Amino acid sequence: MRSWLERAGFDPRFTSLVLALAAIWIALAVVTDGIFLSPRNLYNLSIQTCVTALMACGMVFIIVARQIDLSVGSLMAFTGMVIAWMQVTWLGSDTTGAAWLSIGGGLLAGALVGVFQGWWAAYREVPAFVVTLAGYLMWRGAAFLVADGQTLAPLALPYQRLGGGVNGSIGTAWSWALGAFACALVIAAVLRARRSRARYGADMAPAWADALKVGASCAAILGFVAVVSAYPDPSAAAEGATPPGKGIGIPVLILIAAAALLHGVATSTRFGRYVFAYGGNPEAALLSGLPTRRVLLLLFALMGALAALASVITTARLNSGTHSIGQMAELYVIAATVIGGTSLAGGAGTIPGAIVGALLIQSLDNGMVLMDVSSPKRQISIGLILIAAVWFDVVYNRKQGK
Amino acid sequence: MSATQALVEVHELSKHFGGIHAVEKASCDLHAGEVVGLLGHNGAGKSTLIKVLSGVFPSDGGSIRVHGRDCHFRTPRDAREAGIETIHQTLALAENLDAPSNLFLGRELLTPWRTLDADRMEHEARQVIQRLNPNFTNLRKPVRSMSGGQRQTVAIARALYFNARILIMDEPCAALGPAETRMVLDTIQRLKQEGIGIFLISHDMADVFEVCDRVTVMKNGSVVDTVRIADVTPDEVLAMIILGQKPRAKG
Repeated sequence: MRSWLERAGFDPRFTSLVLALAAIWIALAVVTDGIFLSPRNLYNLSIQTCVTALMACGMVFIIVARQIDLSVGSLMAFTGMVIAWMQVTWLGSDTTGAAWLSIGGGLLAGALVGVFQGWWAAYREVPAFVVTLAGYLMWRGAAFLVADGQTLAPLALPYQRLGGGVNGSIGTAWSWALGAFACALVIAAVLRARRSRARYGADMAPAWADALKVGASCAAILGFVAVVSAYPDPSAAAEGATPPGKGIGIPVLILIAAAALLHGVATSTRFGRYVFAYGGNPEAALLSGLPTRRVLLLLFALMGALAALASVITTARLNSGTHSIGQMAELYVIAATVIGGTSLAGGAGTIPGAIVGALLIQSLDNGMVLMDVSSPKRQISIGLILIAAVWFDVVYNRKQGK
Repeated sequence: MSATQALVEVHELSKHFGGIHAVEKASCDLHAGEVVGLLGHNGAGKSTLIKVLSGVFPSDGGSIRVHGRDCHFRTPRDAREAGIETIHQTLALAENLDAPSNLFLGRELLTPWRTLDADRMEHEARQVIQRLNPNFTNLRKPVRSMSGGQRQTVAIARALYFNARILIMDEPCAALGPAETRMVLDTIQRLKQEGIGIFLISHDMADVFEVCDRVTVMKNGSVVDTVRIADVTPDEVLAMIILGQKPRAKG
């Protein structure tokens, strides 16, 4: 079965992950009498997933390179406070451009913190576990100090849209247009790959397998657009008229853009190749003359910037900056990454996998909320799922080794 | 000694780790189309010497001349740029990546948009690997699931693709079966005919006497002597390795 899948060009791990997600969705739909699959809930799920998925994309690189970042939750709080402070206290929420300037400031702060942590891990060889565990403590403290523990609100109006709430989506027309464009991109990418491989006479997956892949991807894209377009948006309707559909949430667009970019970095750039080579064999990377320390430093900077981006979505959604956001985010992010097929031994992992992993973990969380499962019990469940995912990784690697 | 310009001249090279003199004023040289065996016990300093030659460790004294020019290698990249390719005993392959990725590691072929040109790298890798080992066709699986001979092929192909004139091979046959050892030794003979100079580290006397032209024997970080294989017996070489005893000069 597995070799058959591989010959057809399907990654067995990713395929089983998608099938597991489908099974969970069906089960949750049954136990919640279909509420789980309602447009309203799926729209919310798409927004909830974004924060975890964004950071999981960065965590893929970190874990592939045999590192870990435990500070992302605290870093979210710190960068969120920097953004809120810039908007509310320094520039004033009504100032034009305050939103964009503060986002720039937040991303910069996140990247600089990442450089600091990466420098200790790469150039001073303090294990990343220790550096970022210290960061977990320090950045939470720094978040408190930014505004002396106060909550800063309200944030700029255009900024609030980035959270996916009121006016936080692009409407049905744009959503369908974007969906169609995405499908065209998928088809073009597959055709281009086939042409390039044919030119060099390389092995090629059978046409039906590629057709199936394209079909499944397009169905998922268009299905998603259909669902979020079916969720009525009262804020966009005139008084008494039927409200139009919300369409794709802005956080989802941010996630898609970031994920597409990072997937490209992972698979088709030198930086990505070096990260995977280092994770596979650090000694080989060194003997091949790769700039390993610089790569590690950049990794942590990237992770910091992504935590800041996740913080943008969270603070925009809350319409305030508080020092308590992002608690336990690191666990969800690491869990999503590992569930998504990134091996803790390093050297293996994918961005699409991490996003599906984030979707899976958020689906369970969301489904359990619908089922009225209490918060402590949800934590226990997520913890058990993390163990199960790593156990799956161990078993899978042992089978691969044979 | 031939009158032509040496490919590599190492003169009184030293490398210390703290108080330990891993290599102490070692000198050796290498000419085009020649295989020089580097022999010695574990800890004799030969691995350190080649690590200095391949840019892994900076030297603490002495000089390295490549094609008559003084060179100072700070990184493996510097040594490669001077035309010295090294096949380390561990092979230095990223086990999770496939053959083309390993072959081009650190020297990837890029498209005009600065992205990896994966298909061209696979095509080029196929050319060079098939020349070495025609039975090796499935390049796209991770190195982890390849046989010892296939890994060795990848490592040799990596050194050859970039037209190195100087090759350092550290125990290339240590982990191989008889057929694969044959493949490597035949490859060495062919490279020699192409005018490539090779430093070969080996513990196997039969291999050494088959392919080497000269041997440089090291003991306790210093060079005991360099002799022509034609002038010595295996026993004399063993005496150099074990006792540090120079063979009696032949009339």
